[in-house]
Amino acid sequence: MSQVSMTVNGKVATGEVEGRTLLVEFLRENLGLTGTHVGCDTSQCGACVVHVNGRDVKSCTMFAVEADGAEVITIEGMAAEDGTLGTIQQAFQDYHGLQCGFCTPGMVMTAASLLAANPKPSEAEIRAYLEGNICRCTGYHNIVRAIMAASGQDVSGIAAE
Amino acid sequence: MYEFDIERPASIVAAAKALNAEGAQALGGGQTLIPSLKQRLDQPATLVCLGGIAEMQGINASGNDLSIGGGTTHADVAAGAGAYPALAALAGNIGDPAVRNRGTIGGSLANNDPSADYPAAVLGSEAIVRTNLREIAADNFFDGMFATTLREGEIITRVDFVVPEKAAYAKFDQPASRFALVGVFVAQYGDHVRVAVTGASEGGVFRWAEAEAALAADFSPAALEGLSLSGDGMISDLHGSGDYRAHLVGVMAKRAVAAA
Ligand SMILES: Cc1cc2nc3c(=O)[nH]c(=O)nc-3n(C[C@H](O)[C@H](O)[C@H](O)COP(=O)(O)OP(=O)(O)OC[C@H]3O[C@@H](n4cnc5c(N)ncnc54)[C@H](O)[C@@H]3O)c2cc1C
Ligand code: FES
Ligand code: FES
Repeated sequence: MSQVSMTVNGKVATGEVEGRTLLVEFLRENLGLTGTHVGCDTSQCGACVVHVNGRDVKSCTMFAVEADGAEVITIEGMAAEDGTLGTIQQAFQDYHGLQCGFCTPGMVMTAASLLAANPKPSEAEIRAYLEGNICRCTGYHNIVRAIMAASGQDVSGIAAE
Repeated sequence: MYEFDIERPASIVAAAKALNAEGAQALGGGQTLIPSLKQRLDQPATLVCLGGIAEMQGINASGNDLSIGGGTTHADVAAGAGAYPALAALAGNIGDPAVRNRGTIGGSLANNDPSADYPAAVLGSEAIVRTNLREIAADNFFDGMFATTLREGEIITRVDFVVPEKAAYAKFDQPASRFALVGVFVAQYGDHVRVAVTGASEGGVFRWAEAEAALAADFSPAALEGLSLSGDGMISDLHGSGDYRAHLVGVMAKRAVAAA
């Protein structure tokens, strides 16, 4: 067992972990932050995406020990203190970007890092950036619309594929 | 996963020492190793995390030389290897953004997946793989599917490229895994041309000698007309037969030359 300490959504979080403890296990089981989901546990689906030092990573494919000292943001860190939804989250609600919602935390975190790097992405750029995020429900169309809307762009031109 | 300890050395020397211990294994970005540990395909006693070693990070460019630290992520190569656009583009198309933010060039080369992208660039650019012990020319590094000439505990510390006059990588994506169904890297250096093929052969990445000779005489897609590879010894699976892959190599080679 070793001691880890990291900043999670702006607060210091510490705990005892095994070498094999995944970051997602530390977030969900030690810290109770169950917003981050495990969809596949095989690095394929992106439901577990969080930001580590400003970059999107699959938290099922990183050990908690590797995040020692890091700055971590999870889906819980995307809403305001009073629980008001962040811009991207609100757009997912407005544009029906989710159905069962299982993939949504990873979609929102991935979208946030896309928009941080590329504030006005094209539809093609959004689809390419979401390559590692799988959704079983929506067919992606409304997810793409929501991200377009969250970036302040017109969504009327996006045709269903 | 079986239980193991993790060590986080801060220097190459400390990592090499830790890797000398019985049952120790290097951990790069973990994008291949962690999934295989979850399947209990491996049982290391200790993982030696290379991610905190500053001297293995980053890209140095000077003139036509480009040296990439073995612990540099695919995302950092995509963003920082502008001096070698074909290589930056290849790195920027590996997997997905989250994989690119963790996976490293050293890990990809050490793993030598027969469908991975970097082996094609390294073999196609006659790069030099530097380790804590020696330097290995690309032609002597790859040793068949999932095999290399690295010794037990040897660490890829840097990979050195010379930027060619012209180069491009053409990848036919396998859309579910995002690895290459077939990928061809072509590079022109003065009077000689290298053509490296990934995704196709059961022997892993290889050079296509006939195509290299034809392109050295005439660097154009037309020069490859009439050349073909046999489907024998090519990977045959539910995504494509050996003959299909052999044909695809010719198609992707022409596309790479046209894009170079
Ligand atoms: C969803 C997904 C999609 C992917 N798509 C692609 C793709 O399109 N193309 C592609 O090429 N790859 C793809 N990959 C693989 C990815 O590029 C991995 O990052 C890479 O193969 C391994 O690098 P790593 O740093 O993660 O190494 P790890 O997983 O940490 O290690 C892999 C092996 O290399 C050893 N090792 C690691 N670093 C070093 C070093 N510096 N020196 C010596 N040995 C070392 C380890 O001991 C281990 O045996 C994909 C992976 C995933 C999960
Ligand atoms: S749970 Fe991590 S990628 Fe699916
Ligand atoms: S909304 Fe159900 S998986 Fe995406």
